[in-house]
Amino acid sequence: MRRKSFTRAIGFLLLATLPLLLAGCGSALLDSSGQVGQEQTRLILTAFGLMLIVVIPVIGMTLWFALRYRRSNKNAVYRPEWSHSTAIEIVVWLVPCVIIAILATLTWKTSHSLDPHKALESDAEPMEIQAVSLDWKWLFIYPDEGIATVNEVAFPEDVPVRFRVTSGSVMNSFFIPRLGSQIYAMAGMDNDVNLIADETGTYPGRSTNYSGSGFSGMTFDARVTSQDDFDDWVANVRESERSLTFPKEYDQLASPSREVPVTYFSEISPHLYQDIVQSFHTGRNADSEPGHDGKTTINAEAAE
Amino acid sequence: MYFVVALVMLVRGFSDAIMMRSQQALAAGGAEGFLPPHHYDQIFTAHGVIMIFFVAMPMVIGLMNLIVPLQIGARDVAFPFLNNLSFWLFAAGVVLVNLSLFIGEFAQTGWLAYAPLSELKYSPDVGVDYWIWALQISGIGTTLTGINFFVTILKMRTKGMTMFRMPVFTWTSLCANVLIIASFPILTATIAMLTLDRYFGMHFFTNDFGGNMMMYVNLIWAWGHPEVYILILPAFGVFSEVTATFSRKRLFGYTTMVWATVCITVLSFIVWLHHFFTMGAGANVNAFFGIATMIIAIPTGVKIFNWLFTMFRGSIQFTSPVLWTLGFIVTFTLGGMTGVMLAVPGANFVLHNSLFVIAHFHNVIIGGVVFGMMAGLTYWFPKAFGFTLDETWGKRSFWCWIIGFYMAFMPLYVLSFFGAARRMQSYANSDWQPLMILAWVGAVIIMAGIACTVIQLYVSVRDRKQRLDVSGDPWDARTLEWSTSSPAPFYNFAHLPTVNGIDSYWDDKQQNGADALLSDGPYEDIHMPKNTVAGPVMGILSIGLGFALIWHIWWLAIVSGAGIFVAFMLRVFNDDIDYHVPAAEVERTEREHRERFQRRDELEPINRVEVRA
Repeated sequence: MRRKSFTRAIGFLLLATLPLLLAGCGSALLDSSGQVGQEQTRLILTAFGLMLIVVIPVIGMTLWFALRYRRSNKNAVYRPEWSHSTAIEIVVWLVPCVIIAILATLTWKTSHSLDPHKALESDAEPMEIQAVSLDWKWLFIYPDEGIATVNEVAFPEDVPVRFRVTSGSVMNSFFIPRLGSQIYAMAGMDNDVNLIADETGTYPGRSTNYSGSGFSGMTFDARVTSQDDFDDWVANVRESERSLTFPKEYDQLASPSREVPVTYFSEISPHLYQDIVQSFHTGRNADSEPGHDGKTTINAEAAE
Repeated sequence: MYFVVALVMLVRGFSDAIMMRSQQALAAGGAEGFLPPHHYDQIFTAHGVIMIFFVAMPMVIGLMNLIVPLQIGARDVAFPFLNNLSFWLFAAGVVLVNLSLFIGEFAQTGWLAYAPLSELKYSPDVGVDYWIWALQISGIGTTLTGINFFVTILKMRTKGMTMFRMPVFTWTSLCANVLIIASFPILTATIAMLTLDRYFGMHFFTNDFGGNMMMYVNLIWAWGHPEVYILILPAFGVFSEVTATFSRKRLFGYTTMVWATVCITVLSFIVWLHHFFTMGAGANVNAFFGIATMIIAIPTGVKIFNWLFTMFRGSIQFTSPVLWTLGFIVTFTLGGMTGVMLAVPGANFVLHNSLFVIAHFHNVIIGGVVFGMMAGLTYWFPKAFGFTLDETWGKRSFWCWIIGFYMAFMPLYVLSFFGAARRMQSYANSDWQPLMILAWVGAVIIMAGIACTVIQLYVSVRDRKQRLDVSGDPWDARTLEWSTSSPAPFYNFAHLPTVNGIDSYWDDKQQNGADALLSDGPYEDIHMPKNTVAGPVMGILSIGLGFALIWHIWWLAIVSGAGIFVAFMLRVFNDDIDYHVPAAEVERTEREHRERFQRRDELEPINRVEVRA
């Protein structure tokens, strides 16, 4: 009877972890399309494997000991006073210590190599895209091209992109699961994350940090294209008749709205991103002079 | 009393959970489900707040109240009135949270109410104010509890009960209370600053005028991380007692167990940043907090091995507390593993804010705290009420919980790898729906588990005459709480026991047999506190104060605030707060216990057959 319920438990556990192991195919995190994401996939699997070295024996021992030393098993040794063994104590401290030491080394290395602020090594010239989270949509600003978009971002494959990320509202998190690292978007802060895509395609992106009632729909498409297609896309955006000036038109855009369709702006204020960041430091009506060189904005890393 | 309220709130919190799972099972690919964001967002906020503050905390504190004084051979806690007040302040918090169901609304901010979303500009309604005052009032109660039990354990141990002879549950309670004392003031201060922002237009955490939302996130987690250890450490204590008792064996590596607990206590204060690696701190900062977090896995792993080696060469009886313990070891080990994965900043950058986090913390909180409290409830129930709980329904509850847990949360791990974020009211990708439905089925099975517990309580109360625990020691256990009758007399011990080592009561039983269970005369007068109404009065006035502040009813706020002050002052200047139980009454009580004990074969038919070896 008891044996049966334990077999059932083991069988069930295996069944339950199976989908986790099979999840590799077609999943956003394990089937990554960029260098950052691929390193993270390897890291997750390595950490997982290292810990299984302890986890599997522990689960095995739990079930085995419980079964073996059940009261009805009269063949098992019963030593009610036995409660200390220096050898066992050493082993149970040492094994976790060793594994954590390996993991800690890995953690130290990858915290630096995968630091979101670190520029990616690549032959291609990096580009900068500025992302602003608003209630409840994403504004993307291309400072070099002088254009902006809402809820769609495009960039060429194999070009490292430095996303500068801030918020015009509450805290959000900028995340394109297929490409790797996310980063918080915070008002008045100039945060950044470096990403690269090595495959063309349209990847879903979203805010992952809950930001109020329109949060679920705060998604965007990241379109990774060839360089030519990207140029076409930029030209297409430039054909838009809409402009985005700070503060008037920006404020209109920033007021809460949901399910905002993809929108293109062919003209924007010259220092739109800096103005948005700076507006939280100097107030709206103050002379917006100081923010223009970008130097007085607070860097997230420095503020930590 | 704590436990009763906690079980009621468990049902409330769980109904939130099943609504969330139903919503996510339905709202795929453009479907809206049945809950609009306005409701869904309140529900996930309320679920988190209720489960942590009004289910897990009172369960843990309830067990401490019941067991800690008995385990250290004390007659009461150090400050009985304070303890009473703590409970009523906690109850006031519960009332406020439930009032939000009927009057107004609850917060839509997530359980930690991150600023600036929780600021007036983005949450202008009363929801956040309900959150603020419910937590502030019950939080003060928790701080008082922490101080109370800290002093009780340090100062009121019986003769011979040195620190390193204390039962492990008392040790873990001590550490949890140290954490309460050190961390709850942070919560109180943080909420107070948010209150100043919302009520007086200040700018601690606002977007502009120098406010800093990162400060809020740091502060709330500087409390929030120790908080999870406040919950899990006492659960570890329960498992230690249960494993040793039902293996009929000394706990393996007692000293290691204690030091591992102390290590966890200290380390829990230097890991808070792992809740927001993605905020953008530098690589060195992230690496430090990641590694500090992993180091906690070492003492925790050691504790797990110690429980295993307690079972090793033991004689294990498969009662329901043992099943909960085995379920815990397996589930918690898996939860610990996913925790370490989250602790690697490089991996956290893609796992953070996803359903992986949800699956992880339910993995450790259900597998650890809930299983621990269920084990503790079953184990110590006879000590509180004088009869044991029905085993059949207890085991059914366990199987429902464990199967339901894996079915509800394993799919969430998988979904996180497909990029599913937490707290989504709806999602576009309908590929996720089958797994969401599977998770919903899991939640339904957990619901069956809760139903089993309710039935278990009903059946046990109905059959209490057959389930009597006359001896006071139904499990043939090892620690002092079992040396007195069940339920314990209001003075706990007729004579304060003397302790000669770890598991002193067990040794006493080995030498003196059944005599160890009974006390002898002559008896003395016992000094006890009087009952008082000051606690409930202040609790009710706190509800008035909280409600008034939420709705800006200033006259009521002034009246109830003044009332609390007056009630407190009356209590402070009242010298007539204690009395002596005459020796004759003690003798009568003990004689009755002795007489019942002589007839135990006829009085406890079930327990003697089923439970004793």
